[in-house]
Amino acid sequence: MRIGDAVSTYRGDETIFRTQTQKIWMGILVIALILFPFISSPYMLFLGCMVGIAVISATGLNILVGLTGQISLGHGGFMGVGAYSAVWLADTFGMSLALTLPLAGIMTALVGMVVGLPSLRVKGLYLAIATMAASVILHFIFVHWESVTGGNRGFNLQNAAIFNIKLDSDFRMYFIIIPLAVLAVLGTRNLLRTRIGRAFIAIRDRDISAEVLGVNLLKYKLMSFGLSSFYAGCAGALWAYFFKIVTPESFPFETSIFYLAAIIVGGMGTVLGPILGAAFMTLVPEMLKLMTELVGPILPNAQVLLSPVKGMVFGLLIVGFLLFEPHGLCELWRRIQRFFRIWPFKT
Amino acid sequence: MTDTILELEGITLSFGGLTALSDVSFKVPKGKITTIVGPNGAGKTSLFNSISGFYKPQAGKIYFKGKDISRLNPPARAKLGLARSFQNIALFRGMTVIDNIKLGAHSHLKTGLLSALFYMGKARKEEMALREKVETKIIDFLEIDHIRNLPVASLAYGLQKRIELARALAIEPQVLLLDEPVAGMNREEKEDMARFIIDLNREWGVTILMVEHDMGMVMDISDKVVVLNFGRLIAKGSAEDVKNDPEVIKAYLGSGNVSDLRQRLGVETIEG
Amino acid sequence: MDWPFFIESSIAGVATGALYSLVALGFVIIYKATKVINFAIGEIMMLSAYLFLTFAGTFGWHPFVALPLAVIGGGLLGGIIEKTIIRPMLGEPPISVIMVTIGLSNILVGSAQVLWGGGPRVLPSFLPKQPIFIGDLYISSKLAYSALIAVCILACYLIYFRFSRGGVALRATASDQAASFSMGISVPKVFNFAWIFGCMAAALAGVLVSASGGLSPYSGGMALSILVVVIFGGLDSIAGALIGGLFVGWIETLAGALWGGEYKMLAIFTLLTFVLVLKPHGLFGTKEIERL
Repeated sequence: MRIGDAVSTYRGDETIFRTQTQKIWMGILVIALILFPFISSPYMLFLGCMVGIAVISATGLNILVGLTGQISLGHGGFMGVGAYSAVWLADTFGMSLALTLPLAGIMTALVGMVVGLPSLRVKGLYLAIATMAASVILHFIFVHWESVTGGNRGFNLQNAAIFNIKLDSDFRMYFIIIPLAVLAVLGTRNLLRTRIGRAFIAIRDRDISAEVLGVNLLKYKLMSFGLSSFYAGCAGALWAYFFKIVTPESFPFETSIFYLAAIIVGGMGTVLGPILGAAFMTLVPEMLKLMTELVGPILPNAQVLLSPVKGMVFGLLIVGFLLFEPHGLCELWRRIQRFFRIWPFKT
Repeated sequence: MTDTILELEGITLSFGGLTALSDVSFKVPKGKITTIVGPNGAGKTSLFNSISGFYKPQAGKIYFKGKDISRLNPPARAKLGLARSFQNIALFRGMTVIDNIKLGAHSHLKTGLLSALFYMGKARKEEMALREKVETKIIDFLEIDHIRNLPVASLAYGLQKRIELARALAIEPQVLLLDEPVAGMNREEKEDMARFIIDLNREWGVTILMVEHDMGMVMDISDKVVVLNFGRLIAKGSAEDVKNDPEVIKAYLGSGNVSDLRQRLGVETIEG
Repeated sequence: MDWPFFIESSIAGVATGALYSLVALGFVIIYKATKVINFAIGEIMMLSAYLFLTFAGTFGWHPFVALPLAVIGGGLLGGIIEKTIIRPMLGEPPISVIMVTIGLSNILVGSAQVLWGGGPRVLPSFLPKQPIFIGDLYISSKLAYSALIAVCILACYLIYFRFSRGGVALRATASDQAASFSMGISVPKVFNFAWIFGCMAAALAGVLVSASGGLSPYSGGMALSILVVVIFGGLDSIAGALIGGLFVGWIETLAGALWGGEYKMLAIFTLLTFVLVLKPHGLFGTKEIERL
């Protein structure tokens, strides 16, 4: 049970992990993450990788929507750009992941900044529509620019390698995805300690005041779009490496909605939120699948119902969280922590 | 003869058919406290908005440290050292007190995206230096160290106004525009704020230009007073001079002359 | 240029546009009163069509009984949604409200799939079938009659909102909630009323559209075109909804007729892009001014 913290330097106040307990828990988490692929079933390893990719993408979207307050319905399209870029670079030039990943990220960031230009003129719904339009245009390009994207058939990734190690198993991909996810989260946390994070939040809360105080709205809004798209592009690239194929249907419009739901359910604007949200929204459909199999013998129709029920549960989660827990799972977690902080003493 | 740090020359501002300011000219002496007063609707906030750059006057010029800033936008004026607080508190509700204050210093910082993401070397050093400076110069000075990590949304009105002042200070301004700094405060809070303003002026040498209604405070702390009425400047000088100026008295209290009143209202006399 | 084909397509487009105008009107009523962008309006159209299917098909009632009932059903659904989901979200940031209606649309699609199965259905026919000819030009009679009904109902709505107490209350609330409240207008009731009436318009359009085009749980997807209509016309403009509906319907149908179905979406998205770049608040919408 923690009663305040004993911090005596400014530097101590600014660190991420302040107490000894927190550092120990982090250490345990790191060890658990490293051991996970050795002790888990193939299915769980698969899920672990999926969650990792989702965390990177959700964290990116959170920077744009949760921290900077810009609504974007184009996230799926950005992931697609990253995926296609990575695959094209890998197969056309024989580059390894070490190059294709950051390059795909940068290309996506550039696209993201162009898509973000309307944010300088419009807000709210209009920006949402503009990003949705961008997403549709990107999808159109994916389907019709056959020479680069392979059209509806998609693009098969032949050369998935890093530094000459072939990335042909989930096991190996895990050790690429998870460290990158950790970096992504830490990067966001670091941003919040500097003037860039503050500028983003100021734009979200009251952009006119931010401007008066010297925050260049053009620069920071585009930076936010760019950074968020970079994350999405990397996540998309990893996705392509993981599945070894990318098609226009890999990242439909629903993907953008999925990630918005993930950050809402997890808790917008927090660092923990996108992690919880991404994990939750990825695992819930899998659990529903499991439940369907369990219920199968009793309800023979269950398989047919799975798809609509998945949709309904998805919608119910969004509506439910927005109505009852608008700050998401993150807030729920904090409430539990607070409860246990005084638990033995509370009657 | 003290220097003039801010000078207004012939400022005229109209919105459609309504003239908010009419040929307003005055000088703001450096290192002193100047207050703008006037009845409601006199144009005080319009004047402020013109000085900080939100409104573009149809005529007239504004000089800051001798340079013509009439064409500059608000962020540019802020960068030159002209800071401003707002009447409705414009704090960032999603941040803590200290983050709000640090945001004020935004334009003085240099951290770029890459070093921010990794928070190494340059970024860390700059942040620590900023923290040091904000703590010693602003937080200690305004006595808000006990609330520095609290979210601003949870604080009382008086404290929020003080944090707004703190944030304006982080800009390291040379001229601070305070828009009704003690509006809505109780007696104690007003005295605290007045003390801070005086300290700012005497100890840090910041030139203060305020808009204020509380006459007691205006008389107590102002070095120079400028009176507006119906968009015109009707008096300027020391607090004492202005208090006894017949035009000022007429503006606030009326002259006691009925035909004068009728003339102002444009009303026909009912009986001869 | 095959002029007869062009004119035929144009007429068909304008007729479709009349239906769009009807839905857009419903959308604008909801937006004007509650400032909510109802992304689930397509699903309400879809569910109302399913209600008609059940009443006229499964229960075998006469279409002229089933239709009003389906419309009322759609309206009631809107009222329930407003009371349970939208009202609590008052004052929340725009993204939350947008996501709530998107979540809602997912729930409605899932419900439709569960209740009626995922396959496409055909509505019991109730509109005259023989094709109409103006000179040599052919018009699908279903479409023509649907458009006619839509126009009549649009006129009724406009008259009602201009002259009745309910309509005045709605316009008052749309322009200033606090003032309306102090004048004795029950603002919550107006909210509910707006949703019911708005959804009724959408419901009718939903049945009519499905009468021509078939029905499936995914029929709500046509709301995308409606979104373009209201952005084009202005979110809070009734005139914009009417004119926008006709225009977008015309452009969309023409694009599909001249270049193929795939180009319908491209056409309306290009239109959308133009609007967003040139006049983001739409032809007749009011620009939001932010106070300092």
